[in-house]
Amino acid sequence: MWKWLHPYAKAEKSYTLSGKLMPWFLAVALPTFIVGMIWGLAFAPADYQQGDSFRIIYIHVPAAMMAMGAYSTMAIAAFIGLVWQIRLAEMTVAATAPIGAVYTFIALFTGAAWGKPMWGAWWVWDARLTSELILLFVYLGIIALYNAFSDKVLAGRAASILTLVGVINLPIIHFSVVWWNTLHQGATITKFDQPSMATDMLIPLLIMIVSFAAFLGFMVLYRFRNEILQRESHRPWVIALVQQSSSSVNKRG
Amino acid sequence: MNPRRKKRLLITSSLIVGLSVAIGLTLFALQQNIDLFYTPDEIINGKNETGIKPEVGQRLRVGGMVLNGSVQRDPESLKVSFDLIDNKAGQVTVYFDGILPDLFREGQGIVAQGVLKSRNAIDAFEVLAKHDEEYMPPEVADALKGMDHLKTQQSN
Repeated sequence: MWKWLHPYAKAEKSYTLSGKLMPWFLAVALPTFIVGMIWGLAFAPADYQQGDSFRIIYIHVPAAMMAMGAYSTMAIAAFIGLVWQIRLAEMTVAATAPIGAVYTFIALFTGAAWGKPMWGAWWVWDARLTSELILLFVYLGIIALYNAFSDKVLAGRAASILTLVGVINLPIIHFSVVWWNTLHQGATITKFDQPSMATDMLIPLLIMIVSFAAFLGFMVLYRFRNEILQRESHRPWVIALVQQSSSSVNKRG
Repeated sequence: MNPRRKKRLLITSSLIVGLSVAIGLTLFALQQNIDLFYTPDEIINGKNETGIKPEVGQRLRVGGMVLNGSVQRDPESLKVSFDLIDNKAGQVTVYFDGILPDLFREGQGIVAQGVLKSRNAIDAFEVLAKHDEEYMPPEVADALKGMDHLKTQQSN
């Protein structure tokens, strides 16, 4: 059943495959970003209470969702990496962490900028905001831990274990607005119910979510390829690749 | 699956399960403390599970809906008072001296931080507007007026 996956445990195969997939992710991310941004910022109607300030949702929600999406990816990769001892899975963890951290930061920052005019406070220590901040710290911890070891096999394993420890935060973030009294509002679209949003506001939001997801995929593949090249730099296939590309550069120059 | 993998699978899974249980129990034990605010009903009748009531003089946050027609402003100063209600029987009065957030209005959910003055009065030093998760253009909101959609979103 999983036979077709086996060749991709080899770094070279994965490197070529991710190289082929990368442009497709970018091809989705860029147009959806442009369309979603223009639609969301210029054409979507203003909110009945918040006016134009609500438009920050078009950055805030996709960033927050993909911050958690990136973490789920890392957790799955970490689990596979630990159980089946596949180095590439551990590289995926290392490659995804900084991108997830940036997404989390964007979500926190845009949330604070929205909170000041709407709630009247930049920051409130409610369950949603605090658990999202913890997510940022977990991301930073994973990045720091991975870079703390010079032996990358050990580093990958340590980072994977920390990733699995932090995965408990995900349901806490998602359900924090349900389980506790929070200042943060409840879920608008990620619930088993009709979205509590007018359709002409919702469509650009969904487009933005697709865009952020595709961009996440693109960046992960990009960093994943880098990670492979760095870790495998002494392998014959990488050396051959480097020679090939440098000779083609020489020919062009 | 070979035995070494099986062992690793077992260790990793038990790591996740064990941690989830530990964190779950911790959060369950801290449930009361993680709540950002009391609802008016909880101030008067105590928390649902424990029945613990806040004491007079205690610093706390209260969250609820501003009762229609209860906002009274002092014409000479920024002092303002209003009643907060929830979907149960609770009703408390909040006294505040300062600038209210833009979203503050009657029927709006708010969270106030302050000191409990008496059983059902709070001296607030901070008032935050709580927004609900509904987004709609003004025309839709006008069309919905009179329906109870604004009332269904209580302080939870």
